[in-house]
Amino acid sequence: MRTLVDALTSAVRLLAEGDAALLEIVGLTLRVTGGALLIAMLIGIPLGAAMGLSHRLPGAGLIVPLVYTGMGLPPVVVGLFVYMFLSREGPLGALGWLFTPTGMIVAQSILALPLVVGLTMSAVQGVDPNLPLQLRALGATRRQLAFTTLVEVRGGVTAAVVAAFGAIISEVGAVLLVGGNIESETRVLTTAIVLETRKGNFALALALGIILLTLAFVANFAFYRLEGRGRSR
Amino acid sequence: MTAFALAGIRRTYGDRTVVDIADLEVREGEVLGIVGPSGAGKSTLLRLLNFLEPPTAGALTFFGGVVPEEPPIEMRRQVTTVFQRPVLLNRTVRENLVFGVGLRGRAPDRDVVAGWLEHLGLSDLADAPARRLSGGEGQRVALARALLVEPRVLLLDEPTSNLDPYNVGLIERTIGQVRGAHDTTVVLVTHNVHQARRLADRVALMIGGRLIEVGATEGFFTDPVREETAAFLRGDLVY
Repeated sequence: MRTLVDALTSAVRLLAEGDAALLEIVGLTLRVTGGALLIAMLIGIPLGAAMGLSHRLPGAGLIVPLVYTGMGLPPVVVGLFVYMFLSREGPLGALGWLFTPTGMIVAQSILALPLVVGLTMSAVQGVDPNLPLQLRALGATRRQLAFTTLVEVRGGVTAAVVAAFGAIISEVGAVLLVGGNIESETRVLTTAIVLETRKGNFALALALGIILLTLAFVANFAFYRLEGRGRSR
Repeated sequence: MTAFALAGIRRTYGDRTVVDIADLEVREGEVLGIVGPSGAGKSTLLRLLNFLEPPTAGALTFFGGVVPEEPPIEMRRQVTTVFQRPVLLNRTVRENLVFGVGLRGRAPDRDVVAGWLEHLGLSDLADAPARRLSGGEGQRVALARALLVEPRVLLLDEPTSNLDPYNVGLIERTIGQVRGAHDTTVVLVTHNVHQARRLADRVALMIGGRLIEVGATEGFFTDPVREETAAFLRGDLVY
C-alpha cells in the first residue's frame, strides 16, 4: 500500500516538475505508438473494408485465419523477426533502423495492422447486407461505397483503432528487442518500467505505469468522444 | 423514345434461370407496372434495369445506347431504385435525403429539399435519426432520396407493401406527380394489382422469369389475352 501511495506521489511530482527525462520518454512513446497506429490505420482500414465488402475474396479461407492469428501475435516474436530483418546481417540491415525509433515503429505497425484489418473487416461484414446494393442504386462509385460503409460502421472502426492502440502502447517485447531501451534514444514508457523494476525502483516504475495508464485513458477518451460525435450526427 | 429495350435477356444463378425475357420495351415517360406471383423474377429484373447486376445473356439498351457489362457511372446515375425495404443511413432524415445528390458532387438545393420534406410530411422529422422512423416514414424518406437525384428512370420495388393506407396514398400521389411534372420513366413492381391499375400506363405479367403478357392497363385488366393473366387477376394460383 505504501509503495502504491509513493508511486502516485512520485507520478504527480514527476509530471508537476516537468522532468525532462520523463517528458522525453513520454514524447517518444507517443511518437512511436502514434506513428505505428497511423501506418496501421492507413493500410488496415481500407484493406479491412475491402476484405469485408468482398464476397468472393480470393484465398479467403487462408487469409482470414491468418489475419485472426495476427491479431494475437506475441510482441516478443514480432520483435525477434523485425530484429533479425533489421540487424546488420539481415535483409534490411542496410537501412540502419535497428535500435532506432523507426525500427520500433515498424515492429509496432506489424503488431497493430492485423488488429485494425481484422476488426474493420468484422465491422464491415456486420453491416446490413442490403447496404451495398442500396448505395450502388443511389449511384455510389466503389470508393464512395467503401467510404460510406466505413462511416456507417464507425463504431466498429473506432473499436479497431482503440484495440490496436491499447495493444501497442502497452507492449514491451517488440520495442525492447528492436529499440534496445537506449536512454534518450529509444527508451519508451514500457521499457523504462522494466528497467526501473529491475533496478528495484518500484515506486518510480509504478509512477511510470500510472502515467502510461493515464495516457491510454486520455487517448481512449478522445477516440470515444470522436466516435460519439460521429454517432450523434 | 425507348428508355430500355431488352432482347433475349436472361439471368441465371447456377442452373436456375430467374429472368428470361425475349423482348420488352420500356417507353420514355411511361409508368410500366410489373405484376406477378412471388419468385417470378420481378426484383431481379429491376436489378438488371438498375445495372446492379449484368444479364447472363442478351442485349440491353438504355435510351438507345448498348449497356456494357460494366456500365459507366454516368449511365448508372440516371437510374435509381426504391426498394421494398430501403436501407436508411445512420444519419438524420435530411442527411439521408441529400445523400444521393452528394454522391454526384452537387450541393443540394435547400428549397427543393424543404419542398420534398413538406410534401412527404417529413418536415418535423428532418433532424431526427432516420433509423428511428416507422416503416411508412422510412419508405417516404427513401422515395424522397431517390427523387432528389432526379433520375431519368425510377424503379420501384414493392414501394408500399406493408404500409398503411395513408402512406400508400401519399406515395402513390407522389409517384403520379413526379411522372407528370418531370416525365420520369417509372417501372413499378407490385403484388398489388389494384395499385398497378391505378398508376400504370401499361402492365406486364411475369411468371417464372418470363413475360406472359404486356399491355395497356385497361385492356390488361378488362380483356386479358392470356389465360394465365386472367387466372392471376382472378386470384388463382399461377406459376
